[in-house]
Amino acid sequence: MRLVVDIRKKLGSFTLSSTFESEDMITGLLGASGCGKSLALKCIAGIETPDEGYIELDGRVLFDSRKGISIRPQERHVGYLFQSYALFPTMSVRKNIMTGVHSIRDRAERRRRYEAAVELMQLEGLEEHRPYQLSGGQAQRAALARIIASQPELLLLDEPFSALDTHLKDSLQVDMKRLIARLGKQTVLVTHSVSEAFRLCSRICVMESGSIIRAGRPAEVYSNPMAEGCAKLFGHRNIFSFRKDGGLIVIPELGISLEKAEAVPEGADRISITDAAITAGGTIRVSTEDVLSESDGNNLILSLGGKRSLWWKSSLCSVDSISIDTARCVFLG
Amino acid sequence: MDWYPLYNSLRIALFSSVIVFFAGIFSAYYVARLPRSAKGVVDVVLTLPLVLPPTVCGYFLLLAFGLNTPIGRFLDSYGFRFVMTWYGGILAASTVAFPLMYRTARGAFEAFDVTLSEAGQTLGLSNAYIFWHVRIPSCREGIVAGIVLSFARALGEYGATSMLIGYTPGRTATISTTVYQMWRTNNEREAFIWVMMNLVISMVVLLAVNLLEGRNRRRSAG
Repeated sequence: MRLVVDIRKKLGSFTLSSTFESEDMITGLLGASGCGKSLALKCIAGIETPDEGYIELDGRVLFDSRKGISIRPQERHVGYLFQSYALFPTMSVRKNIMTGVHSIRDRAERRRRYEAAVELMQLEGLEEHRPYQLSGGQAQRAALARIIASQPELLLLDEPFSALDTHLKDSLQVDMKRLIARLGKQTVLVTHSVSEAFRLCSRICVMESGSIIRAGRPAEVYSNPMAEGCAKLFGHRNIFSFRKDGGLIVIPELGISLEKAEAVPEGADRISITDAAITAGGTIRVSTEDVLSESDGNNLILSLGGKRSLWWKSSLCSVDSISIDTARCVFLG
Repeated sequence: MDWYPLYNSLRIALFSSVIVFFAGIFSAYYVARLPRSAKGVVDVVLTLPLVLPPTVCGYFLLLAFGLNTPIGRFLDSYGFRFVMTWYGGILAASTVAFPLMYRTARGAFEAFDVTLSEAGQTLGLSNAYIFWHVRIPSCREGIVAGIVLSFARALGEYGATSMLIGYTPGRTATISTTVYQMWRTNNEREAFIWVMMNLVISMVVLLAVNLLEGRNRRRSAG
């Protein structure tokens, strides 16, 4: 299965411009809220119409602005799991799931698909419940059952875990991963959670203000975020512009120079000083401005004499000198 | 005692409610999809009968459907006239009650969670199915309120009705026109009976609404 998306849509001052291709089982669209990832998903489902572009699923053209093709959402065979699950509030779980097989003529086939979905999503005993009587996890299972019964060719998951408690989230992510593997359905997951994207996706596209700024395997993207927005999403806090001066990396904002400028890749203009790159004791004099206690250690805010300060996660409460290992810094640009 | 006004009022109110129900929900549905500029204008026009004096509505109805107008003449050639007939009362009552249904339905539709209809579309449900099985049931409370208000308004309609169909005992008399006619002709006993009749019907209707709402509230509270 191959999904090709190349779309543009303008909404006021915001412009979505999303281009990606995927043959992976689970592709993640990762980004902060308002970056346009849900809009991209809605365009694939056909609920929103792009201004221009092209969408293809497994050789089937779903949208082509140049040829004037825009398949109705009803005929796209794309399952969409909404953040709120969008269960019909006036129908029981059974009726909700039955809407997924509504278009099928054969009564026995409808019954068979319904029962298979109920069994797969372990909804036995909840069939006559109304949506408001379900817990968050049960509602998600019911919504998935409804989608599965309709047998879509592509699954779109829009922030599926954001409405759930943390402890439930973990186990449901595992369930989701197993479910998708079992169904063998290509999936696009939209999320703002880095950990969720890493756990579930074999490929991620990082989005910022409507555009994809970085795409690739999760580990590859994580170790080399390349774009500043992407690095920020992964929690990089110390991003500075620099210039090379002979063998030195000069960071004017911090008022320091680092060695080993040969480690700088071609075209990079920003350096991200990661926690792993900083060690206590060294040649750079610092003063500890503030300490933020976190559940897993302290965040030290260090002043190096420049305009900006440096954040460092450490078990220490205060340091007066540090060293920075250029080899462990991440270069962006 | 002539019971005709009760029968006539009830049938006019019933027919009007049915007409206003469909007209109201469809206009509410389509007006919501209009571009913003057109929406404002259409909305004002559709709501106008609510704020205009009913006699003014009646005047406009006569202007459109009067026997000397093109529409009136055309309808008359098929033996159909809205002036001085009982079903002219349906037209008058529907016109005046329409904005109540339209506005309550629009309010309910605006509160409707669009992801529900989007979900329906991705599941392959037709737009008509989504409208009747998802949207309308989800907006049930607002729509029921609209129907009841429209029915009550149609039942009590006086101004436009008296302009369009007048008062002919046994032919076009309704409860409200009869009350006025009885009182005007010093038949205070009968006027009082019809007043009480109107009061009882209105109270029954309101009681029914409250019961219905109470049941819905219990149901949605689980």
